Amino acid sequence: MKITTNSTRAFLLAILSLLLIMPFMLSDYSLSVLILTLYLAYIGQAWNIMMGFAGQLSLGHSMYVGLGGYFSAALFVHYGLSPWLGMIVGAIVCGVVGAVIAFLGLRFSIRGVHFALLTIAFAESTRILFDHLDWFGASAGLFLPVESHQVIDIVNLRGKPWMFYYVFLALCLIALVLCSRLIHTRIGYSWLALREEPEAAQALGINLFRTKIIAVSLSAAMTGVGGVIYAFYQNSLFPEQTFAMHRSIEFLMGPIVGGVGTLFGPIIGAFLLTPLGESLSDAISSMNIYLPGLKHLFYGATMLFIMLFFPEGLWPVIKNKTGLSDRLSSHV
Amino acid sequence: MLQTCISLGMSGMFMGLVYGLMALGLSVIFGVVKVVNFAHGELMILAVYLVITLNSLLGVDPIIASPFIALILFGIGYALQRGLINKLLTRPEHVQFIVLAAVALILINAQLMVFGPDAQSVMLDYSLDSLEFAGALVDTVKVYSGAVAVVTSVLLFLFFKRTYIGKAIRAAADNHLGALVVGLNYKKLYALTFGLGAACVGIAGSLMSIMIDVTPQLAPQLTLLGFVIVIIGGLGSLSGALYAGIFIGLVEEFAGFFFQPSLKSLFSFGILIMVLLFRPQGLLSKGT
Repeated sequence: MKITTNSTRAFLLAILSLLLIMPFMLSDYSLSVLILTLYLAYIGQAWNIMMGFAGQLSLGHSMYVGLGGYFSAALFVHYGLSPWLGMIVGAIVCGVVGAVIAFLGLRFSIRGVHFALLTIAFAESTRILFDHLDWFGASAGLFLPVESHQVIDIVNLRGKPWMFYYVFLALCLIALVLCSRLIHTRIGYSWLALREEPEAAQALGINLFRTKIIAVSLSAAMTGVGGVIYAFYQNSLFPEQTFAMHRSIEFLMGPIVGGVGTLFGPIIGAFLLTPLGESLSDAISSMNIYLPGLKHLFYGATMLFIMLFFPEGLWPVIKNKTGLSDRLSSHV
Repeated sequence: MLQTCISLGMSGMFMGLVYGLMALGLSVIFGVVKVVNFAHGELMILAVYLVITLNSLLGVDPIIASPFIALILFGIGYALQRGLINKLLTRPEHVQFIVLAAVALILINAQLMVFGPDAQSVMLDYSLDSLEFAGALVDTVKVYSGAVAVVTSVLLFLFFKRTYIGKAIRAAADNHLGALVVGLNYKKLYALTFGLGAACVGIAGSLMSIMIDVTPQLAPQLTLLGFVIVIIGGLGSLSGALYAGIFIGLVEEFAGFFFQPSLKSLFSFGILIMVLLFRPQGLLSKGT
């Protein structure tokens, strides 16, 4: 039997319909795990644009999550601005900051490890800065009002977890479709060229400057949008947690495990790691054992294992075994 | 005022020497193995906890215990390079980077599970003493620590300059192909180098245990501090790492005093960004 794009589509539709009815079947706790999974899948997808497609390693994506979340939350708290409008502000701020970092990296030819360090340096500086900015609640944290938690208010993103579940699910789908389209456009091919051989790409007439800035900016803006929704889901923001470096590491675990540079890798990685890690720590704490670092120990060990034995990630392996296809549309 | 400044200056300098020793380890590893040790701060915290355990069990002074801790860390570093990183030498550099980040994640959380999240440090009879230089007071522990850091660094420089193995390591770093041609076992040399880098961290961690309170969560901050210092001093430059360590120690001490202690890292990161942009080869190194 020849497995075609059509059967891949059917498979995806089946999974999607399963995901659509999930909130009716799961307990509150399981739903919260699934929300976290979708959130990490979405951010992983955004991170993947920068690293997987364009080959620029970022270890500071917590900065974009934080900037997006903080700007929209502060605008909501101070002026009652709807998070959907705040999201535009947050995405623009992230896009601009991303563009600035990419610009600096290009202008001063900072590559590889140095570029990754630059992203960390910016994220850490932002963390310390937000610790001292009173408009954003400083180190005491910024809190969103929760009194209207019983009504579903989609305009102000106030509501029960299942509302956020559907918002994140929609975000994941949009990101997936966007990425699947992007990689077959001119800019998508330029990213691949930049990733594989920057000099040759330049010789072919690809504008490296523009290509790189678009990749970083788009990845940053998408991450910022995720940060907005997550902030309104969590209802609180603390610089120490939001901008923490281990957050940035958490964002790249999904793509690493699933497969960097693949469309489905970030999603598969997130869906494998997050429920496993959460249920592991849940199982341990239900036995009345207090082991705070266990979940992250598991994440670290899994990442190490995957890097050593499946350097391409799990998706290429799954793809070969099942015959599923990478493509969502039959043309091209 | 002047005396406060002298006090701050000396305190920053001695602290900076310990930072410098930590960064020296990072720089040695990067210069030779060409791998950025993302688990550097985590190894340092491991050394701190080993010292604290040794001190609470046997009451050993951390300064006396430090060579022993260095030996343990040497073994860990050697094993890490032999068993893991040597297998990744031909992979892209971001893979090595992320693998070490995974090692860091494992180390920090294993320590969190074993030693708990509470801040710990070693209390000694002379912990609260201070020495007087030209009318300015400096903590005794900082003076001792700075001195040990200097001695260790000098020993390391002598090792690289004078001994056969030290020269072989430098040769392997300078010219990989040449080292292969003359029959140097570069994998073993790399493992030795990583071991030496970890040993520096072992000493620096022992010294750190008497100067500040330590939690596992501090590890990423220390790793970043190591990066900042090494990049300011010039990646791979040994003396540069030491000078930059003193520089950052001074900057943090003065920034912590004249602004807010919580803002002091902002100055280091600000300097890091400036250096990355305008002098990526390091503030102190020569050439372009």
